[in-house]
Amino acid sequence: MEKKTLIIGVIGADVHAVGNQILYFAFREAGFNVINLGVMVSQEEYIEAAIEAKADAILVSSLYGHGELDCQGLRDKCNEAGLKDILLYVGGNIVVGKQPFEEVKKRFTDMGFDRVFGPGTSPETTIEALQEDLYGAH
Amino acid sequence: MRFVLLIDFGSTYTKLTAVDVEKAEVLATADDYTTADTDIMIGFEKAYSKLQSAAGNIAYQKRLACSSAAGGLRMVACGLVPALTAKAAKLAAFGAGAKVIQTFAYELTNDDVAQIDAIAPDILLLTGGTDGGNREVIEHNAHMLARSKRAFPIVYAGNRGSKDVCIEQLDGELHPVYATENVMPVLNKLNILPAQSIIRQIFLEKIISGKGLSREKALIEGIIMPTPSAVLSALTLLSEGTNGRRGIGELMAVDLGGATTDIYSIAKGAPSNPATILHGLQEPYAKRTVEGDIGMRYSAHGIVEAAGMDETCRCSGLDSSAVNAMLDRINRDKSMLPQTEEEKAFDFALAALAVRIGLCRHAGTIQQIYTPMGPVFQQTGKDLTEIDRIIITGGALIHSAQYTDIIREAVSVSDEQALIPRKARVARDARYILSAMGLLASYDQNTAFDILYKSFGKDEVYATE
Repeated sequence: MEKKTLIIGVIGADVHAVGNQILYFAFREAGFNVINLGVMVSQEEYIEAAIEAKADAILVSSLYGHGELDCQGLRDKCNEAGLKDILLYVGGNIVVGKQPFEEVKKRFTDMGFDRVFGPGTSPETTIEALQEDLYGAH
Repeated sequence: MRFVLLIDFGSTYTKLTAVDVEKAEVLATADDYTTADTDIMIGFEKAYSKLQSAAGNIAYQKRLACSSAAGGLRMVACGLVPALTAKAAKLAAFGAGAKVIQTFAYELTNDDVAQIDAIAPDILLLTGGTDGGNREVIEHNAHMLARSKRAFPIVYAGNRGSKDVCIEQLDGELHPVYATENVMPVLNKLNILPAQSIIRQIFLEKIISGKGLSREKALIEGIIMPTPSAVLSALTLLSEGTNGRRGIGELMAVDLGGATTDIYSIAKGAPSNPATILHGLQEPYAKRTVEGDIGMRYSAHGIVEAAGMDETCRCSGLDSSAVNAMLDRINRDKSMLPQTEEEKAFDFALAALAVRIGLCRHAGTIQQIYTPMGPVFQQTGKDLTEIDRIIITGGALIHSAQYTDIIREAVSVSDEQALIPRKARVARDARYILSAMGLLASYDQNTAFDILYKSFGKDEVYATE
């Protein structure tokens, strides 16, 4: 099976590096080709990396509560940049405070994210989702 | 006794350097106008007779030459994303000593191809996509370039998966393809040396003979590299040393010319502040950039445009109407030498601002970002603030009595985002030997190093303190 390419990174002015490293390791172990942009990644950096590397998915992490602002317009920019069908995931502490996850999920889905993961999601959950979305496995 | 003759066919001057290899000494230097329009040997012979009368009638065991005559090595670079492979392609071409006439990103259009035909580059560097990455754009671009009616060699240094498809589209009489490793095999990782070595090889095999510089084949065949590539090799040698000799460490160089300004840095450029996050494309250790819009005469207006009228007035002490009058004078007479106090003040400002703009564009930038976790620094490009040696070359700097003041003014930037040197010791290439030593290094590294060390290792002046 052809290796799928993922772009990962922590969006915005967020410097949480530990979870990012864990995901990098976990996704590589799971057999993906992973390009890790590290922390404080701008929307443009995800998109440019995805173009050059012909990535299959962009996985945005956010831990500091400002994810909702940082992620706005990412899907539109992907469409504009020719990444029409690219898979977009977001996960972490993506909003401020304790809000019902179903509402948060809806807001991010409306923004164009294919999957939204809440706080405390294990890497295995995301890997299963990736396998389902990218390889059609169940 | 072993004597070597080093020749630099520059765009304006042909410069000769005679070296005694055993003593590691420059015996004499001489120059005359480059005569690329007629036969380059005419200017060479004139300079040579000056050299022989200064050094005595010497028989040379070896002749080595570099050239930036007849336009130098003119290249066009094509990549995919402007900040990624297109930038990598440009850095690769600059490092190979080329003049990058234009850089194209994304898909080439019919107009772009017409423009490339109008430029008629010596070499086109085709890149795009990481290995295993995007294929569509580079394959489209190869398809488009096949329509070009001009003959020029193409260096293929893009996604390795598209190599065969692109060669099939292009390779032939008009566009022979030289394929090599990807300039950016993995995202944000530069790999420009293989492309540079192919560019060098094409320069040797095709371009020099193709320029019709002379009927005399023997001397022309001694041209082994473009001049900027010789300068870069001399600077790298001085910085790093040889097996038996310790280099002087990280350094920068500025070559201020009439039409362009070249900036070199031999430095890692790692963050000087540990609380810094690096972003973007990794940059080469030995980096050269060229500012085509910045130069003392042909590009004097470019300096004022880039620096702004207010800053030009402040730096020169002239008012804006005097600045405009000066620009008009220079525009009428490109060989103008400053005579009056006003002209000298204006040339001082032009030189200082040109160096500053060149340094700022070459160096990286740093931004302080306030995050919920406190302030964080984000760096793009090289941090050159800690570099304290700047070697200066190029007529406007070498012949100015005020060269330390020029550099002091150039690096006195209030903008803390620009990661240019803050404290600079200045060494001057007073005898124009940088390119000559780069050439000599290909023949005898230790001697070249010793001569460089004698010229630049000491006798420096602190420009700022």
